[in-house]
Amino acid sequence: MIMHNIWSVPRISRRAWKVWHRNLVVFFRTWKVNFFPPLIEAFLYLFAIGMGIGTYVKEIDGIPYINFIAPAILAIAVMNSAFFECTYGSYVRMYYQKSFDAMIATPLSIEDVIAGELLWGATRSVIYVIIMLPVLAAFGVISFPASLLAIPLAFLGGLMFGGIAMCFTAITPSIDTLNYPSFLLITPMALFSGTFFPLTLLPELFQYIALALLPLTHLVAIMRMLTLPAMTGMLILHLAWIIMVTAIFCIVAINLMRRRLIV
Amino acid sequence: MGEPIPDIIEAQELKKIFGDVIAVDGIGFTVKKGEVFGFLGPNGAGKTSTMKIIACVSPRTSGAVRVLGMDPDIHPAEIKQQLGVVPQETNLDPDFTCYGNLFTYARYFDIPPNIAHQKAEELLEFVQLQEKRDVSVEKLSGGMKRRLILARALINNPDLLILDEPTIGLDPQARHLIWERLKTLQSQGNTIVLTTHYLDEAARLCDRLVIMDNGKILVEGSPADLVKQYVGNEVVEVEKTEEVLSCLSGKNISFEVIGDSVQIATGSSREVIRILFDQCSPHKVLTRPATLEDVFLKLTGRKLRE
Repeated sequence: MIMHNIWSVPRISRRAWKVWHRNLVVFFRTWKVNFFPPLIEAFLYLFAIGMGIGTYVKEIDGIPYINFIAPAILAIAVMNSAFFECTYGSYVRMYYQKSFDAMIATPLSIEDVIAGELLWGATRSVIYVIIMLPVLAAFGVISFPASLLAIPLAFLGGLMFGGIAMCFTAITPSIDTLNYPSFLLITPMALFSGTFFPLTLLPELFQYIALALLPLTHLVAIMRMLTLPAMTGMLILHLAWIIMVTAIFCIVAINLMRRRLIV
Repeated sequence: MGEPIPDIIEAQELKKIFGDVIAVDGIGFTVKKGEVFGFLGPNGAGKTSTMKIIACVSPRTSGAVRVLGMDPDIHPAEIKQQLGVVPQETNLDPDFTCYGNLFTYARYFDIPPNIAHQKAEELLEFVQLQEKRDVSVEKLSGGMKRRLILARALINNPDLLILDEPTIGLDPQARHLIWERLKTLQSQGNTIVLTTHYLDEAARLCDRLVIMDNGKILVEGSPADLVKQYVGNEVVEVEKTEEVLSCLSGKNISFEVIGDSVQIATGSSREVIRILFDQCSPHKVLTRPATLEDVFLKLTGRKLRE
């Protein structure tokens, strides 16, 4: 018997794209349901926080407040779409629909299936960003062409949050316990990652914690460099952090899922 | 002499251990091309575990197994490309219609869209679901779902069809339709491996079968041979009375008491009935042909399995 360590790099074939394609087909068949949330979300944030709070907070570090939060809206959308797709979405397909069982009876391996789910989670982040960009552009709060780089960044960020999400999906005893990472990780992260106020307002220790442990911090930082635009050499460091964490979590997620499903 | 036809499945000393439970305990068997091979046994006998090893979704703990000449640990994708699997649990894709299920599944096998389309239409007809073509699978009855799963298992023209409880929970009409379809597939030379709890199903469909219990194979053979060898031709059932019991014991006739009836397995019922009527003054007497169920209960006992 071949032993599978959770750190070993899984063998994934191009068949993973078939799983991705299946999810894409289902997504576009119900596109009316799927396209509205990101559109509404963009408007909600812009009105409530951008224009509401923005009336009092005119500028942050010389940047109009609404321009300051625009990249955060994108980054949070990247996080939420991939995270919820690869937790609740994947769990439903795995546990209730038994879709993974059906798929691994074909030439697809469990590694292919999970990789396909992760690729799909990342794609969903890309789709959300593509829907939100025109809205933000219409409000004139992001600059082009640099903001177009938010699209490939969404894929990378989506893969990172999908990988993190899939690790929880692999170990969760039931769908209800997926609420814990949602409320204890995702919600605080959306608030304390330099999203709606700069990280520098936090006590120094918390700044370091945010930079070391909160993936969204890095995504927001790069996103802001792109949409303002205001690129610095830090971009490379943030990007390196994201790539490393993405690789680790995706590998562990696939191995944990294998451990859960292949007995 | 020509080349010998290789066996479709060969297993030796096959073992599967989950924690401290030995699900499959060193079994060996071969399945030949074109035959219908059955795995029978009570719940927890190790049938499904064996099926999962063959279907390359659960790695064996030890032993050797070759499916279509390949090792499931080494060439799972190549083997699965040529398998059709009907799982015990219904796992159709609820996000698609009947046609959509078949078409989507075909993609997983790399079947080109035009061929997938043609094959899906053909199979819907084969399992008599043309009218439900564009209906969501959630709206199908249990029998229709099983038929669609059978169709789905055939989408890649498999060399080996694996059926785990294919007619579980179905009404007689639906069971008969599935049997008929399996017979058709068998006559076309398909190799089929199935597990079932329904012994009439096994007797009807299987060329050869094994009866498993506690992870081991107890017996192997054709249904008719097994019945003849382990039970006899006929079973005489007599209403249980003290008189009958003591009389049979006195005559050294072996019997089994089940509820309020006494069952006597025999090669010739005439002899037994003559003795009964002459000397035991029985109430109700019934003679019936021995069945696989008699073999099964004899070998695996009557204790309820969970």
